[in-house]
Amino acid sequence: MAEMNMLQAINSALRIAMEKDPTMLVFGEDVGHFGGVFRATSGLQDTFGRGRCFNTPLTEQGIAGFANGLASNGTTAVAEIQFADYIFPAFDQIVNESAKFRYRSGNEFNVGGLVYRTPYGGGIAGGHYHSQSPEAYFTQTPGLKVVVPRNAHQAKGLLLASIRDKNPVVFFEPKRLYRASVGEVPEGDYELPLGKAEVVKEGKDITLLAWGAQMEIVEKAAEMAEKEGISCEIIDLRTLSPWDVDTVAESVKKTGRLLINHEAPLTGGFAGEIAATIQEECFLYLESPIARVCGLDTPYPLIHEKEYMPDALKTFEAIKASVNF
Amino acid sequence: MSNASTNQETVHKVSFLDRESLHIPILKILQADGTPYEQAVLPQIDEALAQRIYDACVFTRVLDERMLGAQRQGRISFYMTCTGEEAAILGSVAALDEKDVILAQYREHAALRYRGFTTEQFMNQMFSNEKDLGKGRQMPIHYGTAALHYQTISSPLGTQIPQATGVGYSLKMKGERNVAICYFGEGAASEGDFHAGMNMAAVLKSPVIFFCRNNGYAISTPTEEQFAGNGIASRGVGYGMHTIRVDGNDMLAVLAATQQARAYALEHNAPVLIEAMTYRLGAHSTSDDPSGYRSKEEEAKWREHDPVKRFKLWMINKGWLAEANDEALYERYREEVLAAVKVAEKIPAPRIDEIIEDVYDEPTPLLKKQLESLKAHVKKYPQAYPKTAGRL
Ligand SMILES: Cc1ncc(C[n+]2csc(CCOP(=O)(O)OP(=O)(O)O)c2C)c(N)n1
Repeated sequence: MAEMNMLQAINSALRIAMEKDPTMLVFGEDVGHFGGVFRATSGLQDTFGRGRCFNTPLTEQGIAGFANGLASNGTTAVAEIQFADYIFPAFDQIVNESAKFRYRSGNEFNVGGLVYRTPYGGGIAGGHYHSQSPEAYFTQTPGLKVVVPRNAHQAKGLLLASIRDKNPVVFFEPKRLYRASVGEVPEGDYELPLGKAEVVKEGKDITLLAWGAQMEIVEKAAEMAEKEGISCEIIDLRTLSPWDVDTVAESVKKTGRLLINHEAPLTGGFAGEIAATIQEECFLYLESPIARVCGLDTPYPLIHEKEYMPDALKTFEAIKASVNF
Repeated sequence: MSNASTNQETVHKVSFLDRESLHIPILKILQADGTPYEQAVLPQIDEALAQRIYDACVFTRVLDERMLGAQRQGRISFYMTCTGEEAAILGSVAALDEKDVILAQYREHAALRYRGFTTEQFMNQMFSNEKDLGKGRQMPIHYGTAALHYQTISSPLGTQIPQATGVGYSLKMKGERNVAICYFGEGAASEGDFHAGMNMAAVLKSPVIFFCRNNGYAISTPTEEQFAGNGIASRGVGYGMHTIRVDGNDMLAVLAATQQARAYALEHNAPVLIEAMTYRLGAHSTSDDPSGYRSKEEEAKWREHDPVKRFKLWMINKGWLAEANDEALYERYREEVLAAVKVAEKIPAPRIDEIIEDVYDEPTPLLKKQLESLKAHVKKYPQAYPKTAGRL
């Protein structure tokens, strides 16, 4: 195994997928020769040529529509949206078109083999428009899969699985971990299953559930809680749509408590969906209300980023409140 | 011309048009040595206007140079320069009325300076302190001020283009003798919003000046990979708009074109497109390294077309500027900017209460509740939130 950061792991996944699938194309703003503003696609144009890895004009709407066209005609399409904040011009093409191609045509046509990769999330002093976590807009759309890896190893395995999945996938990459998260990553081909959560750490007093960059935060909070004698079970949801109800419910039945952490605003966030479902599944097992530690219901502020974030301290406080309910 | 128009030329064998079919000349007034071309028709400009433009040129050069340095020292998190594009920005804004509404992309701070944004105001925004008009919410360079009719910058590209169409239409309906001016790059002109905004402006007859800074690159993407047509100007014609292409490094050409564009937009209640051919001399932003996608030789070639130098030579030729005074002006602004940096970085951040303001006109009950629990939390762990803890 090799040491890789998340960008290198993503690059390696793209390279392997392109080698094995000669139809696969990688494209987006600045992804060609330059290798993307974060360098996730660097070197791919050198290896596979301008026909298979290229810059597009600056239009997310165009990129997504083009990707739909490619995939509907049997070409594997991996489109980069430079920042998740800029996915909204493509929203119509993604939620009305990618998501509904199969359903509306009785599967005469579908866009399996389409992945939108996009860096999301805060903690990088990016302010309003370089920090958002728009996953919940997509989880409400039937027909899309939504995947968020937490580290380099996960990123590679989940991206390879996403590219080969028979459904369109929106793949959110936690950009504050791009270079920060370094770990052992197999150099060869491997896939991690979509739709499966992973129990990262076992515990007995409370279940902490998160995904992507917030995994780091709940792990930190768990360490603080353990020092006070609270044993935390930690689950990485990994795929938000479809999400793994069974793994979460099983854990909550054991611990009796659930805390969900995400960076997106509280209201309408995906934590609400999880809380409602788990309440239904585990009502008689719950020993305290399901806790949500999320972003505030404001746009993402620059100067008050620290205050806005559902950080480890806030999570720690919520763990204690839940256990002492 | 409607589709049913009868006076269209007809042909009887297949013949296609291509990008060369449209001859789009480029307006040039000043030569490299600062003397006008022989046939050139000069814009309306007197010494006072020239001085005001030049002053903003020098300030902007100094600001860009100093803030790049400040970013490298870690004093601010991000910066973007407009080096090399001063003539495009200042030549156009100088042709406007002070109340014409500016909708900029993000590289037009020279226009804001021209309108009177103070050095302190620039700094307060970049340092996100409590005096920032935007309350510290956006990244450095996202300026805006209603007092100077300059709408606050939004990062998503192209969104200002259809908005400008709406602003222009609003000005028209209110009977105000003003126009909107909308700046954007040739990259942003690929966005869907561009096409929607242009088409609506032409059809609804909105007095807007669409000003494209065609500076050769959108981050790393060169124009050849951005569009295959005859620049952005050909699209103006395609949408049925008065259109002109100018040398964007020629202050007088930009000024002349914009003066006439404004007069036309007001007289006819119609949009005009100006494509200014220029070059982004610096990096895209402080997060970018242009050596990964373009050569030093290419940049050096464009340095020879420095728009500030060309305008300066013209002013010297006119006897409106002396080399010695020029140096003094640079020096004065260097000192002014440095002093303002020192003041701005000591001004505290906005109070935590502001985090929930302006989401709506009034904070909702849920927002108030969130603020209360946030404040209680910060009080409990003051050392973790140093920017706000001391000022609860
Ligand atoms: C909708 C959207 N997509 C992507 C970006 C990221 N981005 C910021 S600037 C830029 C390039 C813009 O190029 P251009 O419009 O030519 O202006 P220039 O920077 O050259 O002045 C890109 C891709 C963005 N801000 N908004």
